[in-house]
Amino acid sequence: MNNKFRLAAVAAALSLGIALTSAQEPATLQTLQKQLQEMRSQFAEQQRLHAQRLELMQQQIDKVGPKADAPSTTVSQPAPLDPTDISSVTSGALAPRTPATASAPGFDQRRWRPSDPIGIRRGQASLDLGLTGTFTVGGSTADDLGELNGGGHDPNARGFTVQAVEANFAGAIDPYFRGSANLNFAIAANGESFMEVEEGWLETQALPLGLQLRVGQIWSQIGRHNPTHIHAWGFVDQPLAVSRLLGPDGMRNPGARLSWLAPTPWHTELSFTAQNSGGGNASSFRGGSHTHGGAEEEEGIPFGFRHQENDRGVRSASDMLLNPRIALSYDLSDTQTLLIGGSAAMGPNNSGEGGETDTLIYGADLTWKWQARDHNQGYPFVSLQSEFLARRYGAGFFDWDEEANGGDGDGNGFVDDGLLTDPGTGLPAVLTPETIADYGLYSQLLYGFRPRWIAGLRYGYVFGDRAVYEGRGLGVADNAGGFSPLANDSERGNRFRVSPNLTWRPTEYSKIRLQYNYDDRDKIGVDHSLWLQMEMSLGAHGAHQF
Amino acid sequence: MKLITFKTLITALTLVNAASSAELRVVATLPDCAAIAREIVSDKASVTCLAGGAEDPHFVSPRPSYTRTLNRADLLIVGGADLEIGWLPPLVSNARNRDILPGGSGRFSAASGIRLLDVPSGPIDRSQGHIHAAGNPHFLLDPLRGKAVAGKIAAALARSDPKNKAVYQANLTAFHKRLDAKLIEWQKTMSAHQGAAIVTYHSTFDYFAERYGLRVVGQLEPKPGIPPTPGHIRRLVPLAKDAKTRVVAIGSFRPKRLADQLARQTGATVISLPVMPTDKGPAHSYIGWIDQLVGAFDSALK
Repeated sequence: MNNKFRLAAVAAALSLGIALTSAQEPATLQTLQKQLQEMRSQFAEQQRLHAQRLELMQQQIDKVGPKADAPSTTVSQPAPLDPTDISSVTSGALAPRTPATASAPGFDQRRWRPSDPIGIRRGQASLDLGLTGTFTVGGSTADDLGELNGGGHDPNARGFTVQAVEANFAGAIDPYFRGSANLNFAIAANGESFMEVEEGWLETQALPLGLQLRVGQIWSQIGRHNPTHIHAWGFVDQPLAVSRLLGPDGMRNPGARLSWLAPTPWHTELSFTAQNSGGGNASSFRGGSHTHGGAEEEEGIPFGFRHQENDRGVRSASDMLLNPRIALSYDLSDTQTLLIGGSAAMGPNNSGEGGETDTLIYGADLTWKWQARDHNQGYPFVSLQSEFLARRYGAGFFDWDEEANGGDGDGNGFVDDGLLTDPGTGLPAVLTPETIADYGLYSQLLYGFRPRWIAGLRYGYVFGDRAVYEGRGLGVADNAGGFSPLANDSERGNRFRVSPNLTWRPTEYSKIRLQYNYDDRDKIGVDHSLWLQMEMSLGAHGAHQF
Repeated sequence: MKLITFKTLITALTLVNAASSAELRVVATLPDCAAIAREIVSDKASVTCLAGGAEDPHFVSPRPSYTRTLNRADLLIVGGADLEIGWLPPLVSNARNRDILPGGSGRFSAASGIRLLDVPSGPIDRSQGHIHAAGNPHFLLDPLRGKAVAGKIAAALARSDPKNKAVYQANLTAFHKRLDAKLIEWQKTMSAHQGAAIVTYHSTFDYFAERYGLRVVGQLEPKPGIPPTPGHIRRLVPLAKDAKTRVVAIGSFRPKRLADQLARQTGATVISLPVMPTDKGPAHSYIGWIDQLVGAFDSALK
């Protein structure tokens, strides 16, 4: 390579030199001619060497790699003379019994080609790379979109939303484990990009007795919707019940799950998950009240009318988030499948100022699917998915007067701005522990009525038992003796949503979806929203799950 | 106390596992391999098939019960060449059965060692539709390839269940003998139609066409996996007419409307055929199924 460059440089310099010196005296010309002659012979020698080297390399390549292995693709190949002789349809030597990757042996042995699906396969390494992008445009009559759409990846602005751009890496780690990671990039309503490790785990492949262990950043197994990625959703947004009871981004945290496929006559899977109970993805637990850089957001009155300052850390296993689930499935007929599940999650929360406060979430789910026996590309099908979730949240003791001065920090004789006040005493409110019960449910019907077309309808409802603190007539002081009463906890108000939608899937790799949301919120009123969603899937595309 | 409970549980689990492994359990993903396997196992093993005969084999619904079936499989026979890539991988990795994982001792891919058609030779990407990078996976519509696969399935069965090796070998020989007679018969029947032009819906019938010298002049799908469009049919009509197309062959689960339209405009006949052995009836067996295909083509081309 170096030689080639040098040669080119010399040749260039030489031609320039000739041009410059052509007008000079003959003696110099002679010298130059002589030099040129030498250069020419050197050049010829170099060429000869290069040719030799190339030939040698070609020989080595021929020795090492197999020749093009793809047989011709023409259809009208003459039939063999003996119609029972299989030698024309087999590829000779028996393929090795243990290929390294998921595809059939015989194909794994060939060299990598640029035409292969996107992925990294070199030597023994195998990694599928996929990228999905979900984008939405639309609008809503609601001014408080952040409140209306509680899901972390729901459309968050009038106009365009980048719901997620998600990279997936997956593959076999070795004969004992497989691994997968989903890194999610999205853009918040304020325009800031953020990144999440949505999932990242390794899972055993070779445990006996029907056991499987998954370790890493994992979804909690609560209900059907929580452990799904955005591109698997049947709707533009997350069900209300999931956003409110499990958290804006659902429930997922570092942890481990042991699951067991029971030897029953029908499908039974039992799983037990233990995870950290802190962080924003466990918001009904120690991750309550989103904190940024340690400072709590001061705006508004928080959930439960009290701040979550009771993070007592992890002292024992009981401070973890524990999550059992059972799922049963039965094939009702050739065309109908039923799956029912029950799950629970329990762990400490950080409500109030101190003490042992806990949260219990439990739920039940039902999925029924019908698919025509002679379906074309999976259509027609009908699937019904319903989920019910309940949360019992132990709210801790909280005193709004942090300074023991009657809440009058500036000494003007009135309770300070923004503090929750008890009209009975005229002093900052003192809240006693109580258990807050909230519920949520949704039911969604998807009907793939012809290939590539799916019509959907979802109904969602969230509601709660009226809490003691909501009935005390507490209100917010304004530092001038004024008082605005708060009848309800804004994060617990009853609301329902009806969402019809229509999805067109040109292929398994793209999606265009139009969805209308009818929202009715207690004390706020009715809102209408319309969203158009587009989705892409590049590279490796995860197989469909039930 | 706790320890005893745990021990009891483990013992119970082990017993359940041991009790359930008396007879060799063969699971096939698709009915074509299942039909061939049934010929060879006779009563020495059970053969369970995941997909139904009338289903689109590319898009089988991954029912949770399949996980359980796969968990108990001693031998998994997959078609291979990525035909099941859209639904099988998560079922297998959730099945907790190390033997049937890719590369496992209890997994056999029918495509292995079979010469496949339509292996892309140039660069491919998904703008060209759903292209199988490994080649066309519908190879069992060629009965000669079926014969080769039967031999390989018998070998796989013998590896999984050595004590019945002789039975499998004898069953294979008997099956080969019946198939050979049929191969000669089918060849004779179809030789009358050498070079006949056909149009298909998808590349499903390419192997059958190759075997019997039929010319596939076009597909109703503009690109693999993309449903037919009126515009594409309009462009296909003159092509099909020029080639004197006699038959439009479509899988039984495909819609007939645009096939009928093409047939009307070209004077061809539409035949709707099972692309897999059926769940019941004469086409339940491999030979019966190919018999039905040959019969349908023969009478439509006459």
